Amino acid sequence: MAAHEITFEPDDRYNAFLTTCNKAPHCDGKLGGIAVAVKDNISTQGIETTCASKILKGYIPPYDAHVVGLLRQSGAAVAGKTNMDEFGMGTTTENSAFGPTLNPCDTTRVPGGSSGGSAAAVAAGMVRMALGTDTGGSIRCPAAFCGIVGLKPTYGRVSRYGLIAYANSLEQIGPMAKNVHDVSLLMQVIAGHDRRDTTSYAKPYTHTPSADIKGLKIGVPQEYFGEGVDKGVAEITKRAIFRLEELGATAVPCSIPSMEYALAAYYVTCTSEASSNLARFDGVRYGPAADTKRSWHDAYQDVRRARFGTEVRRRIMLGTFALSSGYYGKYYAKAQIARENIRKDFSRIFSGVDVIAGPTMPTVAFRLGEKSDPLSMYLADILTVPANLAGIPAISVPCGKSEGMPVGLQIMGKPFEDERVIDVAYAYEQAVGL
Amino acid sequence: MVTEKEVQHIAGLADIGINTGELGDFTARFNEILDYFDVLDRVQGDGKVACDLSNVMRDDIVEPSLLQEDALKNAAAKEDGFVKAPRVM
Repeated sequence: MAAHEITFEPDDRYNAFLTTCNKAPHCDGKLGGIAVAVKDNISTQGIETTCASKILKGYIPPYDAHVVGLLRQSGAAVAGKTNMDEFGMGTTTENSAFGPTLNPCDTTRVPGGSSGGSAAAVAAGMVRMALGTDTGGSIRCPAAFCGIVGLKPTYGRVSRYGLIAYANSLEQIGPMAKNVHDVSLLMQVIAGHDRRDTTSYAKPYTHTPSADIKGLKIGVPQEYFGEGVDKGVAEITKRAIFRLEELGATAVPCSIPSMEYALAAYYVTCTSEASSNLARFDGVRYGPAADTKRSWHDAYQDVRRARFGTEVRRRIMLGTFALSSGYYGKYYAKAQIARENIRKDFSRIFSGVDVIAGPTMPTVAFRLGEKSDPLSMYLADILTVPANLAGIPAISVPCGKSEGMPVGLQIMGKPFEDERVIDVAYAYEQAVGL
Repeated sequence: MVTEKEVQHIAGLADIGINTGELGDFTARFNEILDYFDVLDRVQGDGKVACDLSNVMRDDIVEPSLLQEDALKNAAAKEDGFVKAPRVM
Protein backbone atom coordinates (compact mmCIF):
# COMPACT_ATOMS: atom_id res chain seq x y z
CA MET A 1 0.00 0.00 0.00
CA ALA A 2 2.79 2.43 0.92
CA ALA A 3 4.22 3.28 -2.46
CA HIS A 4 6.17 6.35 -1.37
CA GLU A 5 7.92 7.82 1.62
CA ILE A 6 8.73 11.29 2.85
CA THR A 7 11.80 12.36 4.75
CA PHE A 8 10.87 13.97 8.05
CA GLU A 9 13.76 15.47 9.98
CA PRO A 10 12.38 18.54 11.74
CA ASP A 11 14.39 21.00 13.79
CA ASP A 12 12.49 20.21 16.99
CA ARG A 13 13.73 23.01 19.21
CA TYR A 14 10.39 23.07 21.09
CA ASN A 15 10.44 19.42 22.20
CA ALA A 16 7.17 18.89 20.36
CA PHE A 17 7.97 15.31 19.35
CA LEU A 18 8.70 12.26 21.46
CA THR A 19 9.31 10.10 18.38
CA THR A 20 9.94 11.17 14.79
CA CYS A 21 9.67 8.89 11.78
CA ASN A 22 12.56 10.04 9.61
CA LYS A 23 11.37 7.96 6.67
CA ALA A 24 7.58 8.02 6.78
CA PRO A 25 5.81 5.78 4.26
CA HIS A 26 2.58 6.81 2.61
CA CYS A 27 0.30 5.97 -0.32
CA ASP A 28 -1.71 8.21 -2.65
CA GLY A 29 -5.01 9.69 -1.56
CA LYS A 30 -6.84 12.66 -0.10
CA LEU A 31 -3.93 13.44 2.25
CA GLY A 32 -1.31 11.90 -0.07
CA GLY A 33 2.18 12.75 1.19
CA ILE A 34 1.03 15.17 3.92
CA ALA A 35 3.02 14.80 7.15
CA VAL A 36 0.62 14.36 10.06
CA ALA A 37 1.74 14.26 13.69
CA VAL A 38 -0.09 11.99 16.11
CA LYS A 39 -0.41 12.55 19.85
CA ASP A 40 1.47 9.93 21.81
CA ASN A 41 -1.64 8.45 23.47
CA ILE A 42 -2.94 7.20 20.11
CA SER A 43 -1.72 3.71 19.17
CA THR A 44 0.53 3.45 16.13
CA GLN A 45 1.54 -0.03 15.00
CA GLY A 46 5.30 -0.42 15.13
CA ILE A 47 5.90 3.11 16.50
CA GLU A 48 6.62 3.59 20.20
CA THR A 49 3.62 4.99 22.09
CA THR A 50 4.24 6.17 25.65
CA CYS A 51 1.49 8.64 26.67
CA ALA A 52 4.56 10.67 27.78
CA SER A 53 4.88 8.27 30.72
CA LYS A 54 7.84 6.27 31.93
CA ILE A 55 5.45 3.39 32.59
CA LEU A 56 4.99 2.89 28.83
CA LYS A 57 8.59 3.62 27.78
CA GLY A 58 9.47 1.14 25.07
CA TYR A 59 5.88 0.06 24.38
CA ILE A 60 5.33 -0.69 20.69
CA PRO A 61 1.62 -1.12 19.92
CA PRO A 62 0.85 -4.28 17.93
CA TYR A 63 -2.05 -2.52 16.16
CA ASP A 64 -3.14 0.88 14.84
CA ALA A 65 -5.85 3.01 16.39
CA HIS A 66 -8.83 3.28 14.04
CA VAL A 67 -7.99 6.91 13.20
CA VAL A 68 -4.37 5.99 12.40
CA GLY A 69 -5.57 3.29 10.01
CA LEU A 70 -7.77 5.92 8.35
CA LEU A 71 -4.84 8.35 8.14
CA ARG A 72 -2.67 5.75 6.45
CA GLN A 73 -5.46 4.82 4.00
CA SER A 74 -5.90 8.50 3.11
CA GLY A 75 -2.25 8.75 2.08
CA ALA A 76 -1.03 10.70 5.10
CA ALA A 77 2.51 10.07 6.32
CA VAL A 78 2.57 9.46 10.08
CA ALA A 79 5.52 11.74 10.80
CA GLY A 80 5.87 11.21 14.52
CA LYS A 81 4.39 11.08 17.98
CA THR A 82 3.89 14.30 19.90
CA ASN A 83 4.61 15.27 23.47
CA MET A 84 1.77 15.68 25.94
CA ASP A 85 0.95 15.83 29.62
CA GLU A 86 1.38 12.30 30.95
CA PHE A 87 -1.78 10.33 30.01
CA GLY A 88 -3.44 13.65 29.07
CA MET A 89 -3.43 14.89 32.66
CA GLY A 90 -2.54 18.55 32.51
CA THR A 91 -3.07 21.93 30.91
CA THR A 92 0.53 22.85 30.03
CA THR A 93 2.44 19.79 28.70
CA GLU A 94 4.79 20.29 31.66
CA ASN A 95 3.57 16.99 33.13
CA SER A 96 5.43 15.00 30.47
CA ALA A 97 7.99 12.49 31.74
CA PHE A 98 10.18 13.60 28.83
CA GLY A 99 10.35 17.32 29.54
CA PRO A 100 8.00 20.16 28.66
CA THR A 101 7.16 21.37 25.16
CA LEU A 102 7.84 25.08 24.60
CA ASN A 103 5.38 27.48 23.00
CA PRO A 104 6.70 28.49 19.54
CA CYS A 105 5.12 31.96 19.99
CA ASP A 106 7.24 32.57 23.12
CA THR A 107 9.59 29.89 24.39
CA THR A 108 9.35 31.12 27.98
CA ARG A 109 5.71 30.04 27.96
CA VAL A 110 3.85 26.72 27.89
CA PRO A 111 2.07 25.59 24.72
CA GLY A 112 -1.01 24.54 26.71
CA GLY A 113 -2.03 20.96 27.13
CA SER A 114 -2.45 18.25 27.11
CA SER A 115 -1.97 18.11 23.29
CA GLY A 116 0.85 20.68 23.53
CA GLY A 117 3.26 18.78 21.29
CA SER A 118 0.71 18.53 18.49
CA ALA A 119 -0.10 22.25 18.75
CA ALA A 120 3.56 23.30 18.82
CA ALA A 121 4.43 21.04 15.86
CA VAL A 122 1.68 22.69 13.80
CA ALA A 123 2.35 26.25 15.01
CA ALA A 124 6.07 25.94 14.24
CA GLY A 125 5.29 24.63 10.75
CA MET A 126 6.93 21.22 11.33
CA VAL A 127 3.73 19.49 10.14
CA ARG A 128 0.62 20.77 8.38
CA MET A 129 -1.80 18.81 10.55
CA ALA A 130 -1.87 16.88 13.80
CA LEU A 131 -4.19 14.71 15.83
CA GLY A 132 -4.84 15.63 19.42
CA THR A 133 -7.23 14.36 22.06
CA ASP A 134 -9.57 16.45 24.17
CA THR A 135 -10.87 15.20 27.53
CA GLY A 136 -11.47 18.59 29.16
CA GLY A 137 -10.00 21.03 26.64
CA SER A 138 -6.76 19.30 25.63
CA ILE A 139 -7.13 20.18 21.94
CA ARG A 140 -8.69 23.63 22.31
CA CYS A 141 -6.38 24.92 25.06
CA PRO A 142 -3.10 24.34 23.20
CA ALA A 143 -4.72 25.50 19.95
CA ALA A 144 -5.63 28.78 21.68
CA PHE A 145 -2.24 29.18 23.38
CA CYS A 146 -0.25 28.48 20.19
CA GLY A 147 -2.50 30.40 17.78
CA ILE A 148 -3.81 27.49 15.69
CA VAL A 149 -7.22 25.86 15.07
CA GLY A 150 -8.38 22.79 17.00
CA LEU A 151 -11.69 20.91 17.01
CA LYS A 152 -13.12 18.68 19.71
CA PRO A 153 -15.71 16.70 17.75
CA THR A 154 -19.09 15.63 19.11
CA TYR A 155 -18.69 12.62 21.41
CA GLY A 156 -19.09 9.53 19.25
CA ARG A 157 -18.19 11.14 15.97
CA VAL A 158 -14.59 9.87 15.91
CA SER A 159 -13.67 6.34 16.99
CA ARG A 160 -11.67 5.99 20.21
CA TYR A 161 -10.48 2.49 19.29
CA GLY A 162 -6.75 2.42 19.99
CA LEU A 163 -6.77 5.63 22.02
CA ILE A 164 -5.15 4.76 25.34
CA ALA A 165 -8.03 5.57 27.66
CA TYR A 166 -7.93 8.25 30.35
CA ALA A 167 -11.60 9.20 30.81
CA ASN A 168 -13.74 7.33 28.28
CA SER A 169 -16.99 9.21 28.73
CA LEU A 170 -15.36 12.60 28.06
CA GLU A 171 -12.55 12.22 25.54
CA GLN A 172 -12.50 12.53 21.78
CA ILE A 173 -9.74 12.49 19.18
CA GLY A 174 -9.79 15.58 16.98
CA PRO A 175 -7.98 17.52 14.25
CA MET A 176 -5.52 20.42 14.72
CA ALA A 177 -4.08 22.63 11.95
CA LYS A 178 -3.14 26.21 11.10
CA ASN A 179 -6.45 26.92 9.38
CA VAL A 180 -10.07 25.78 9.41
CA HIS A 181 -9.85 24.27 5.93
CA ASP A 182 -7.18 21.81 7.03
CA VAL A 183 -9.02 20.98 10.27
CA SER A 184 -12.08 20.20 8.16
CA LEU A 185 -10.02 18.12 5.71
CA LEU A 186 -8.55 16.02 8.52
CA MET A 187 -11.99 15.65 10.07
CA GLN A 188 -13.26 14.23 6.75
CA VAL A 189 -10.66 11.48 7.10
CA ILE A 190 -11.08 10.55 10.77
CA ALA A 191 -14.85 10.81 11.39
CA GLY A 192 -17.27 7.97 10.86
CA HIS A 193 -18.55 4.75 12.35
CA ASP A 194 -16.28 2.08 13.81
CA ARG A 195 -17.89 -0.95 15.39
CA ARG A 196 -14.85 -1.52 17.60
CA ASP A 197 -15.81 1.58 19.59
CA THR A 198 -19.16 0.91 21.26
CA THR A 199 -19.85 4.66 21.54
CA SER A 200 -19.17 5.30 17.86
CA TYR A 201 -22.02 6.94 15.97
CA ALA A 202 -22.70 6.44 12.27
CA LYS A 203 -22.38 9.99 11.01
CA PRO A 204 -19.53 10.56 8.57
CA TYR A 205 -18.23 14.07 7.98
CA THR A 206 -18.20 15.08 4.32
CA HIS A 207 -18.51 18.83 4.78
CA THR A 208 -16.67 21.61 2.97
CA PRO A 209 -16.55 24.81 5.06
CA SER A 210 -18.90 27.65 4.10
CA ALA A 211 -18.38 31.24 5.26
CA ASP A 212 -22.06 32.17 5.01
CA ILE A 213 -23.39 32.77 8.52
CA LYS A 214 -26.16 35.26 7.72
CA GLY A 215 -29.06 34.87 10.13
CA LEU A 216 -27.04 32.76 12.57
CA LYS A 217 -27.89 33.21 16.26
CA ILE A 218 -24.95 33.16 18.67
CA GLY A 219 -25.47 32.66 22.40
CA VAL A 220 -22.96 34.57 24.52
CA PRO A 221 -22.93 33.16 28.08
CA GLN A 222 -22.22 35.71 30.81
CA GLU A 223 -20.20 33.07 32.69
CA TYR A 224 -17.60 33.09 29.89
CA PHE A 225 -16.81 36.74 30.59
CA GLY A 226 -17.03 36.72 34.39
CA GLU A 227 -14.66 36.37 37.30
CA GLY A 228 -11.31 34.77 36.51
CA VAL A 229 -11.41 35.69 32.82
CA ASP A 230 -8.59 38.06 31.92
CA LYS A 231 -9.83 41.49 30.75
CA GLY A 232 -7.64 41.54 27.64
CA VAL A 233 -8.83 38.07 26.61
CA ALA A 234 -12.49 38.99 27.23
CA GLU A 235 -12.14 42.19 25.20
CA ILE A 236 -10.56 40.50 22.19
CA THR A 237 -13.15 37.72 22.24
CA LYS A 238 -16.00 40.24 22.39
CA ARG A 239 -14.52 42.03 19.40
CA ALA A 240 -14.41 38.72 17.50
CA ILE A 241 -18.08 38.06 18.26
CA PHE A 242 -18.88 41.58 17.06
CA ARG A 243 -17.05 40.74 13.83
CA LEU A 244 -19.36 37.72 13.43
CA GLU A 245 -22.32 40.08 13.85
CA GLU A 246 -20.93 42.25 11.06
CA LEU A 247 -21.03 39.12 8.90
CA GLY A 248 -24.78 38.78 9.47
CA ALA A 249 -25.03 36.85 12.74
CA THR A 250 -26.91 38.02 15.83
CA ALA A 251 -25.43 37.75 19.32
CA VAL A 252 -27.83 36.96 22.15
CA PRO A 253 -26.85 37.05 25.85
CA CYS A 254 -27.47 33.81 27.74
CA SER A 255 -26.52 32.06 30.96
CA ILE A 256 -25.31 28.57 31.97
CA PRO A 257 -26.12 28.51 35.71
CA SER A 258 -24.82 24.94 36.11
CA MET A 259 -21.31 26.14 35.17
CA GLU A 260 -20.79 26.75 38.87
CA TYR A 261 -20.49 22.97 39.28
CA ALA A 262 -18.85 22.13 35.95
CA LEU A 263 -15.23 22.04 37.01
CA ALA A 264 -15.82 19.94 40.13
CA ALA A 265 -18.12 17.59 38.18
CA TYR A 266 -15.47 17.27 35.50
CA TYR A 267 -12.58 16.52 37.86
CA VAL A 268 -14.57 14.01 39.91
CA THR A 269 -15.67 12.22 36.73
CA CYS A 270 -12.31 12.16 34.93
CA THR A 271 -10.31 11.09 37.97
CA SER A 272 -12.85 8.35 38.75
CA GLU A 273 -12.60 6.99 35.22
CA ALA A 274 -8.81 7.33 35.31
CA SER A 275 -8.54 5.33 38.52
CA SER A 276 -10.16 2.42 36.71
CA ASN A 277 -8.48 2.88 33.30
CA LEU A 278 -4.97 3.25 34.64
CA ALA A 279 -5.21 0.12 36.79
CA ARG A 280 -3.94 -1.80 33.75
CA PHE A 281 -0.48 -0.27 33.99
CA ASP A 282 1.22 -2.73 36.26
CA GLY A 283 4.37 -3.65 34.35
CA VAL A 284 3.08 -7.11 33.45
CA ARG A 285 1.71 -7.05 29.89
CA TYR A 286 3.65 -3.95 28.81
CA GLY A 287 6.11 -1.53 30.27
CA PRO A 288 8.93 -2.37 32.67
CA ALA A 289 8.87 -5.75 34.35
CA ALA A 290 7.24 -6.07 37.75
CA ASP A 291 9.27 -8.18 40.14
CA THR A 292 7.50 -11.54 39.82
CA LYS A 293 9.13 -12.87 42.97
CA ARG A 294 7.23 -10.40 45.16
CA SER A 295 3.55 -10.38 46.06
CA TRP A 296 1.47 -8.58 43.46
CA HIS A 297 0.46 -5.57 45.62
CA ASP A 298 4.07 -4.90 46.55
CA ALA A 299 5.31 -5.40 42.99
CA TYR A 300 2.62 -3.18 41.44
CA GLN A 301 3.12 -0.44 44.02
CA ASP A 302 6.84 -0.35 43.32
CA VAL A 303 6.37 -0.11 39.55
CA ARG A 304 3.61 2.50 39.74
CA ARG A 305 5.40 4.67 42.32
CA ALA A 306 8.57 4.70 40.27
CA ARG A 307 7.02 5.11 36.82
CA PHE A 308 3.94 7.32 37.18
CA GLY A 309 4.39 11.08 37.59
CA THR A 310 3.01 12.95 40.61
CA GLU A 311 -0.08 14.33 38.85
CA VAL A 312 -1.06 10.92 37.50
CA ARG A 313 -0.74 9.37 40.94
CA ARG A 314 -2.75 12.24 42.43
CA ARG A 315 -5.58 11.78 39.95
CA ILE A 316 -5.69 8.00 40.38
CA MET A 317 -5.94 8.52 44.13
CA LEU A 318 -8.59 11.26 43.82
CA GLY A 319 -10.69 8.97 41.63
CA THR A 320 -10.23 6.00 43.95
CA PHE A 321 -11.35 8.23 46.81
CA ALA A 322 -14.38 9.64 44.93
CA LEU A 323 -15.59 6.12 44.16
CA SER A 324 -14.83 4.62 47.56
CA SER A 325 -17.50 3.41 49.93
CA GLY A 326 -18.87 6.26 52.03
CA TYR A 327 -17.83 8.97 49.55
CA TYR A 328 -19.45 7.80 46.31
CA GLY A 329 -22.73 9.60 47.08
CA LYS A 330 -21.00 12.85 48.01
CA TYR A 331 -18.71 13.01 44.98
CA TYR A 332 -19.33 10.71 42.01
CA ALA A 333 -23.13 10.54 42.22
CA LYS A 334 -23.40 14.34 42.65
CA ALA A 335 -21.01 14.92 39.77
CA GLN A 336 -23.25 12.88 37.49
CA ILE A 337 -26.30 14.95 38.50
CA ALA A 338 -24.32 18.13 37.82
CA ARG A 339 -23.26 16.74 34.47
CA GLU A 340 -26.85 16.10 33.47
CA ASN A 341 -27.80 19.62 34.59
CA ILE A 342 -25.09 21.04 32.31
CA ARG A 343 -26.41 19.00 29.42
CA LYS A 344 -29.91 20.33 30.13
CA ASP A 345 -28.64 23.93 30.29
CA PHE A 346 -26.99 23.56 26.88
CA SER A 347 -30.11 21.93 25.46
CA ARG A 348 -32.24 24.82 26.73
CA ILE A 349 -29.90 27.47 25.29
CA PHE A 350 -29.63 25.65 21.96
CA SER A 351 -33.40 25.74 21.57
CA GLY A 352 -32.96 29.47 20.94
CA VAL A 353 -29.50 29.82 19.37
CA ASP A 354 -27.41 27.98 16.78
CA VAL A 355 -24.01 28.17 18.48
CA ILE A 356 -22.47 29.46 21.70
CA ALA A 357 -19.34 31.63 21.65
CA GLY A 358 -16.79 32.78 24.21
CA PRO A 359 -13.09 32.63 24.96
CA THR A 360 -11.40 29.21 24.84
CA MET A 361 -9.14 29.90 27.81
CA PRO A 362 -9.50 32.50 30.59
CA THR A 363 -5.93 33.79 30.03
CA VAL A 364 -3.13 33.65 27.48
CA ALA A 365 -0.41 30.97 27.78
CA PHE A 366 1.18 30.75 31.24
CA ARG A 367 4.89 31.11 31.86
CA LEU A 368 6.73 27.81 32.29
CA GLY A 369 6.47 26.77 35.94
CA GLU A 370 3.85 29.45 36.71
CA LYS A 371 1.08 27.05 37.77
CA SER A 372 2.74 25.12 40.53
CA ASP A 373 -0.26 23.93 42.53
CA PRO A 374 -2.76 21.50 41.02
CA LEU A 375 -5.97 23.35 41.93
CA SER A 376 -4.95 26.58 40.17
CA MET A 377 -4.06 24.47 37.13
CA TYR A 378 -7.48 22.77 37.22
CA LEU A 379 -9.25 26.17 37.40
CA ALA A 380 -7.79 27.13 34.01
CA ASP A 381 -10.03 24.48 32.39
CA ILE A 382 -13.30 26.12 33.42
CA LEU A 383 -14.29 27.33 29.93
CA THR A 384 -13.45 24.11 28.08
CA VAL A 385 -14.82 21.33 30.32
CA PRO A 386 -18.54 22.12 29.79
CA ALA A 387 -18.37 20.92 26.15
CA ASN A 388 -16.84 17.59 27.25
CA LEU A 389 -19.43 17.08 29.99
CA ALA A 390 -22.21 17.72 27.45
CA GLY A 391 -20.53 15.81 24.61
CA ILE A 392 -21.00 18.72 22.19
CA PRO A 393 -18.62 19.88 19.43
CA ALA A 394 -16.36 22.85 20.15
CA ILE A 395 -13.66 24.56 18.12
CA SER A 396 -10.98 27.10 18.98
CA VAL A 397 -9.93 29.57 16.29
CA PRO A 398 -7.31 32.32 16.73
CA CYS A 399 -8.95 35.74 17.18
CA GLY A 400 -6.14 38.14 18.03
CA LYS A 401 -3.49 38.73 20.65
CA SER A 402 -3.31 39.90 24.24
CA GLU A 403 0.06 40.63 25.91
CA GLY A 404 1.52 39.65 22.52
CA MET A 405 0.16 36.09 22.87
CA PRO A 406 -2.60 34.38 20.85
CA VAL A 407 -6.20 34.30 22.09
CA GLY A 408 -8.68 31.63 20.97
CA LEU A 409 -12.34 32.17 20.15
CA GLN A 410 -14.36 29.11 21.18
CA ILE A 411 -17.48 28.12 19.25
CA MET A 412 -19.66 25.37 20.72
CA GLY A 413 -22.47 23.71 18.79
CA LYS A 414 -25.38 21.32 19.10
CA PRO A 415 -24.54 17.60 19.22
CA PHE A 416 -23.49 16.33 15.77
CA GLU A 417 -23.41 19.86 14.32
CA ASP A 418 -19.62 19.86 13.99
CA GLU A 419 -20.19 21.24 10.49
CA ARG A 420 -21.80 24.36 11.92
CA VAL A 421 -19.00 25.20 14.39
CA ILE A 422 -16.54 24.70 11.55
CA ASP A 423 -18.51 27.11 9.35
CA VAL A 424 -18.59 29.81 12.03
CA ALA A 425 -14.84 29.46 12.65
CA TYR A 426 -14.27 29.53 8.88
CA ALA A 427 -16.42 32.65 8.43
CA TYR A 428 -14.41 34.43 11.12
CA GLU A 429 -11.07 33.28 9.73
CA GLN A 430 -11.96 34.33 6.19
CA ALA A 431 -13.22 37.73 7.35
CA VAL A 432 -10.08 38.61 9.28
CA GLY A 433 -7.74 36.92 6.82
CA LEU A 434 -5.66 34.89 9.26
CA MET B 1 -10.58 16.92 55.81
CA VAL B 2 -8.73 13.74 55.00
CA THR B 3 -5.78 12.69 57.13
CA GLU B 4 -2.39 11.39 56.07
CA LYS B 5 -3.52 7.97 57.25
CA GLU B 6 -6.54 8.06 54.91
CA VAL B 7 -4.39 9.16 51.97
CA GLN B 8 -2.05 6.29 52.69
CA HIS B 9 -5.02 3.92 52.77
CA ILE B 10 -6.26 5.22 49.39
CA ALA B 11 -2.78 4.86 47.91
CA GLY B 12 -2.86 1.24 49.07
CA LEU B 13 -6.29 0.62 47.51
CA ALA B 14 -5.06 2.10 44.21
CA ASP B 15 -1.73 0.22 44.35
CA ILE B 16 -0.10 3.55 43.74
CA GLY B 17 2.72 3.34 46.25
CA ILE B 18 3.55 6.37 48.36
CA ASN B 19 6.68 7.33 50.29
CA THR B 20 6.31 8.72 53.80
CA GLY B 21 8.16 11.82 52.63
CA GLU B 22 5.46 12.57 50.04
CA LEU B 23 2.51 12.00 52.31
CA GLY B 24 2.30 15.53 53.75
CA ASP B 25 2.25 17.26 50.37
CA PHE B 26 -0.19 14.79 48.82
CA THR B 27 -2.54 15.23 51.79
CA ALA B 28 -2.38 19.04 51.69
CA ARG B 29 -3.13 19.15 47.94
CA PHE B 30 -5.84 16.53 48.37
CA ASN B 31 -7.59 18.69 50.94
CA GLU B 32 -7.40 21.83 48.79
CA ILE B 33 -9.00 19.96 45.90
CA LEU B 34 -11.64 18.24 48.07
CA ASP B 35 -12.56 21.63 49.57
CA TYR B 36 -13.22 22.83 46.06
CA PHE B 37 -15.30 19.71 45.28
CA ASP B 38 -17.59 20.61 48.20
CA VAL B 39 -19.46 22.89 45.77
CA LEU B 40 -21.15 19.67 44.61
CA ASP B 41 -23.01 19.48 47.94
CA ARG B 42 -25.32 22.20 46.60
CA VAL B 43 -26.20 20.43 43.34
CA GLN B 44 -29.93 19.94 42.87
CA GLY B 45 -31.72 17.56 40.53
CA ASP B 46 -32.37 13.89 39.97
CA GLY B 47 -29.67 13.28 37.36
CA LYS B 48 -32.07 11.35 35.15
CA VAL B 49 -30.49 11.11 31.72
CA ALA B 50 -32.70 12.12 28.82
CA CYS B 51 -31.49 9.80 26.10
CA ASP B 52 -33.10 8.18 23.09
CA LEU B 53 -30.25 5.77 22.43
CA SER B 54 -30.26 2.09 23.28
CA ASN B 55 -27.54 -0.51 23.63
CA VAL B 56 -26.37 -2.11 20.41
CA MET B 57 -25.67 -5.82 20.81
CA ARG B 58 -24.10 -8.26 18.40
CA ASP B 59 -23.98 -12.05 18.19
CA ASP B 60 -21.11 -13.67 20.02
CA ILE B 61 -19.17 -14.86 17.00
CA VAL B 62 -15.49 -15.70 16.87
CA GLU B 63 -13.45 -13.24 14.82
CA PRO B 64 -9.73 -12.88 14.11
CA SER B 65 -7.90 -11.14 16.92
CA LEU B 66 -4.37 -10.30 18.02
CA LEU B 67 -1.92 -13.20 17.59
CA GLN B 68 -0.58 -14.62 20.84
CA GLU B 69 2.92 -13.82 19.65
CA ASP B 70 2.04 -10.15 19.06
CA ALA B 71 0.17 -9.87 22.34
CA LEU B 72 3.27 -11.07 24.19
CA LYS B 73 5.75 -8.82 22.42
CA ASN B 74 5.57 -6.04 25.00
CA ALA B 75 5.62 -8.23 28.09
CA ALA B 76 8.92 -8.07 29.93
CA ALA B 77 8.51 -11.45 31.65
CA LYS B 78 6.90 -14.42 29.91
CA GLU B 79 6.91 -18.19 30.10
CA ASP B 80 5.48 -20.90 27.81
CA GLY B 81 3.39 -18.42 25.80
CA PHE B 82 1.97 -16.61 28.84
CA VAL B 83 2.83 -13.37 30.61
CA LYS B 84 4.47 -13.89 33.94
CA ALA B 85 2.87 -11.97 36.79
CA PRO B 86 3.93 -11.43 40.39
CA ARG B 87 2.75 -14.13 42.79
CA VAL B 88 -0.78 -13.76 44.11
CA MET B 89 -0.37 -15.82 47.32
